[in-house]
Amino acid sequence: MSNLTVERPAERAEPAGPRRADKRAPKVFNGLSHLALAIWAATVILPILWTFLASFKTNTQIFTEPLGLPSSIKWDSWGRAWEKANVGQYMLNSVFVVAVSTAGTMLLGSMAAYVLARFSFRGNRFIYVMFVSGMVFPVFLALVPLFFVVRNLGLLDTHTGLILVYISYSLPFTVFFLTAFFRTLPSQIAEAALIDGASHTRTFFQIMVPMAKPGLISITIFNVIGQWNQYLLPIVLLSGDVEDKWVLTQGIANISTNAGYQADWPSLFAALTMTIIPALAVYLVFQRQIQAGLTSGALK
Amino acid sequence: MKMPRGGARFVIGFLALPVLLYVVFVIAPYLQAFYLAFTDWRGVSSTPRFSGFDNFTRLLADPTFWAAVGHHVILLLALPLITLAIALFFAFLLNMGAGTKGVRGSKFYQAVFFFPQVLAVAVIGVLFQAVYRPDKGGVLNGLLDLVGIAPIGWLTQPRLALWSLIAVLVWQAVGFYVVLFAAGMANIPKEVVEAAELDGCSRSRMFFQVTLPLLWDTVQVAWVYLGIAAFDGFALVATLSVDRGGPDGSTTVLPLEIWRTAFTYSKFGYASAMGVALFVLSLTFAVLTLRVTRRERIEY
Repeated sequence: MSNLTVERPAERAEPAGPRRADKRAPKVFNGLSHLALAIWAATVILPILWTFLASFKTNTQIFTEPLGLPSSIKWDSWGRAWEKANVGQYMLNSVFVVAVSTAGTMLLGSMAAYVLARFSFRGNRFIYVMFVSGMVFPVFLALVPLFFVVRNLGLLDTHTGLILVYISYSLPFTVFFLTAFFRTLPSQIAEAALIDGASHTRTFFQIMVPMAKPGLISITIFNVIGQWNQYLLPIVLLSGDVEDKWVLTQGIANISTNAGYQADWPSLFAALTMTIIPALAVYLVFQRQIQAGLTSGALK
Repeated sequence: MKMPRGGARFVIGFLALPVLLYVVFVIAPYLQAFYLAFTDWRGVSSTPRFSGFDNFTRLLADPTFWAAVGHHVILLLALPLITLAIALFFAFLLNMGAGTKGVRGSKFYQAVFFFPQVLAVAVIGVLFQAVYRPDKGGVLNGLLDLVGIAPIGWLTQPRLALWSLIAVLVWQAVGFYVVLFAAGMANIPKEVVEAAELDGCSRSRMFFQVTLPLLWDTVQVAWVYLGIAAFDGFALVATLSVDRGGPDGSTTVLPLEIWRTAFTYSKFGYASAMGVALFVLSLTFAVLTLRVTRRERIEY
């Protein structure tokens, strides 16, 4: 910030006016900008870093010296979190549920979107509007009946039930986005394939899907993150005595509730860190795609 | 594309499964919710008994309902205003802080700011329990202790608790909108900015008279997004607030009351009526916003 006070001789000769102010202002402005930006970056990084460090501290150390560093790096709280607090199990459940439901969402969503975008038939508009209207309704409106629909189908407290519900509630945005995307693709190639005798199904999977890859990737990322982070649907649909089926978000929230009773804070923070690190790793690798995927809904 | 040979079978084949899932798990529950809202169903009897507008009359006399609605009003004003102000400020700093080239480290800041967006709200809720601890052991109170300020009950003081939650929502959302607006600002043609600079346009005038009008479409979409988020808040209130919506109901929101009324008290009819109220509120907001903010689009 020392350049705040430096007067350059060359500038002195110039008449005082907007030009001179312009040359100095950006530097002041730049310094202050960086300060503001750095402060916000710190508010993002510090709580996460604190959690990571707290997982190596002892119970008393965490709360008597909240800003101190751990005296030694011991991984035993990580072991307790993974084994006793079941974080390992929760994570596997989350991976399984999200893998299957995202795959299902993308398959069914792109099939529906393709047909709605490319074929004219009676009821096309109706079905499209029906799908898209799902984006307007809050999930909480459907919550009670949904619980009973899933229960009556015998799917309560099962991964199958959760997966089918995830797929269904991901369809509105997926269909909306992909219908728009399929409409932008040229139709000549698909028509040529049909004339050459390829079936509609084959044309779709071998020609249209590869062409739609950029759109499919964006929306896959959108769905993976949305489904991975779901909290409401798991606590409603896996609410029975089925702790072995819980997904990560509900597991973490539960560990947090119990941490006070069991006085095992380090393993709560170890569990939290274990949850954050994979998200961070994936984010660092696919940052550009993730930002594009998540903001795709807001950009037309 | 006109319907070619074999097209009808293909269309039905591709639509059958997505439409079936969607109708069973999404459309049917939404419709049933409107029906259940007029019954006093508690899940025991096989057929719900019609109770007219009883649920709604009770709702209008329910102080918890009005407390929750009041919190949504605060959220609806505070969340978009604070988030958009901070996000626009940072996006402007990142893009135009150093002329039109963008400030150094712009990519780094965007990457850091955006990261909370990929974390589950439930995980963030648990994370901020450590940040907001009411004694000196909390991250925030530990920092305040360094400068001699006595610990503050961020989540335990009824008048402060809701604002502490709003701060977390803003903390998570800002990065998303910084990236969104930064992308929008990068699309503003250089010539426009350079012309304004040549004319001696100050930075604040540049922001309000050049950048903001050209970005208005995106800001409007962002406003709607944040407004919709203001009618949720479930995961954060459920995982972070004292006693889920406390202390003393000072942070409760409709989604939480719907969930509690249904799955803790088994008042399914009443919960559905709350769902309908939530739907009406959020729909009113969406329609009003679109009416009010609709402006001539500036082409560039």
